[in-house]
Amino acid sequence: MKEVINLPVKNIEEEEYHINMGPQHPSTHGVLRLVVSLQGEIVKSLKPHCGYIHRGIEKMCEKDTYPQIIHLTDRMDYLSAHINNHAVCLLVEKALEVDVPERVKYIRTIVDELNRIASHQLWWCSFGMDMGGLTCFFYGLRDREKILDIFEESFGSRLLHSYYTPGGLMMDIHPNFQKGVKDFIKYFRKKIKDYDDLLTGNIIMQLRTKGVGIISKEDAISYGVTGPSGRASGFACDVRKHHPYGVYDKADFKEILGTAGDTFERYMMRMYEMRESMKILEQLIDNIPAGDYAAKMKAVIKLPAGEYFQRVEAARGELGVYVVSDGNKTPYRMKFRSPNFSNLSALDHISRGVKIADLVAIGGSLDYVIPDIDR
Amino acid sequence: MNSIFTYFTEIFHAVKSLLTGMKVTGRYFFSPWEIVTQQYPENRKTLKMYDRFKGEVVMPHNGNNEHRCTGCGICETACPNGSIEVIQNKIEMPDGKKKRIIDKHIYHLSMCTFCGLCIKSCPSDALAWGQEFEHAVFDRAKLTKILNKPGSSILKDIAE
Repeated sequence: MKEVINLPVKNIEEEEYHINMGPQHPSTHGVLRLVVSLQGEIVKSLKPHCGYIHRGIEKMCEKDTYPQIIHLTDRMDYLSAHINNHAVCLLVEKALEVDVPERVKYIRTIVDELNRIASHQLWWCSFGMDMGGLTCFFYGLRDREKILDIFEESFGSRLLHSYYTPGGLMMDIHPNFQKGVKDFIKYFRKKIKDYDDLLTGNIIMQLRTKGVGIISKEDAISYGVTGPSGRASGFACDVRKHHPYGVYDKADFKEILGTAGDTFERYMMRMYEMRESMKILEQLIDNIPAGDYAAKMKAVIKLPAGEYFQRVEAARGELGVYVVSDGNKTPYRMKFRSPNFSNLSALDHISRGVKIADLVAIGGSLDYVIPDIDR
Repeated sequence: MNSIFTYFTEIFHAVKSLLTGMKVTGRYFFSPWEIVTQQYPENRKTLKMYDRFKGEVVMPHNGNNEHRCTGCGICETACPNGSIEVIQNKIEMPDGKKKRIIDKHIYHLSMCTFCGLCIKSCPSDALAWGQEFEHAVFDRAKLTKILNKPGSSILKDIAE
């Protein structure tokens, strides 16, 4: 008779194990490594490891003059490049107490909103692809191409424009710019209905996102989740509304707040925001005043010694720029408060207890851009 | 009874939502004139970039092989990542004065970020954007370009 050996049998279903999601993973939208602790397919905890695309932009800014910094802030959150540049330009203008012409303010606001729409379009198509709908990807990119064409005609490049400069703009807008924007609004008002038909109403998408990945208003505030993700939880954090810059105080738009704070609400916030941005564009595009496209600035810009802070509403949340100047032409220290970094910090809290497939949806709805996290 | 009713209405709404999405894709399937794809390598002859397109930095020369660059080096200091090197030559003028003229304007395309600060800062408008965008080469050395053409000289009214 054979002897039966009783080995201690581990219950695999109750054991926690760790897997790496990323750094090379299509749903992390870049090189982000998430060490996910799983029990079965339930996420127990999650640890993001950043730094795979760290380029030391803050340090590089310390050797650059203020007009040169612009080309680096382009490369942080490349999908809202204009808005990042706006923050640095506003900071320098605030420190030097320069009054920029009204025309510059109008153009900057319009271009910012165009950039925001383009960013949300790319988010929409990548979110659709995360959920398994490849069609969304093509439709979103097709419409984003219209904005990129406007950008290319006026500023010469499609993604990294370096169009703003402290004191104004690099060049005046192209004569076709206003017509192009008006045509785009007409075009996109029709196409955004397709977005709703294709993805918003889709039952599979709704079942996967409603009630998943909830973050409460208190947690959103304590983690510093801003932008559309924070507003989905009811956190009124729109810098354009509460601390207006540019000509946002002259435009009539709503700050839409959600209540549920789940993935679907974060999705809807961005869909609403695209419509609100189009509303802002419609109000401003015909009223661009004539005038110079740049204020007179000194050849070498030197900020008076001191500390300066400026914040703007980037496409993913609140972007803060903090500069310590010692009176030289380069900053002594430059610090960016990037929205994506704070939004990522809440990912662990949001995704505890969800299935690993929902983690992809939550990540898509937070819409993080990795170069902005790592800088 | 009520739960069965909601069960079936949910199924109905689910199928309806899927069909709404398929209506959108079906419409594009049957309207091929809405295709926006460019046939890129085939349409190369007709492909025209926008006037302001930032392809590369070039130094325009006129018909007499004259450019507008004085070799002052302002573009070199304006460049954030050292992609421009200006090498000057000292020559002796007929009246005995020594004068600096440009020898080589070296442009490293591989380091350029197309920010446009060199073109904006140039006091004599010597630089401009070129429309060329197909920059792929097999040898990295080919990306280092000398912008002033061999044998070129500075335009008279700029030099004075």
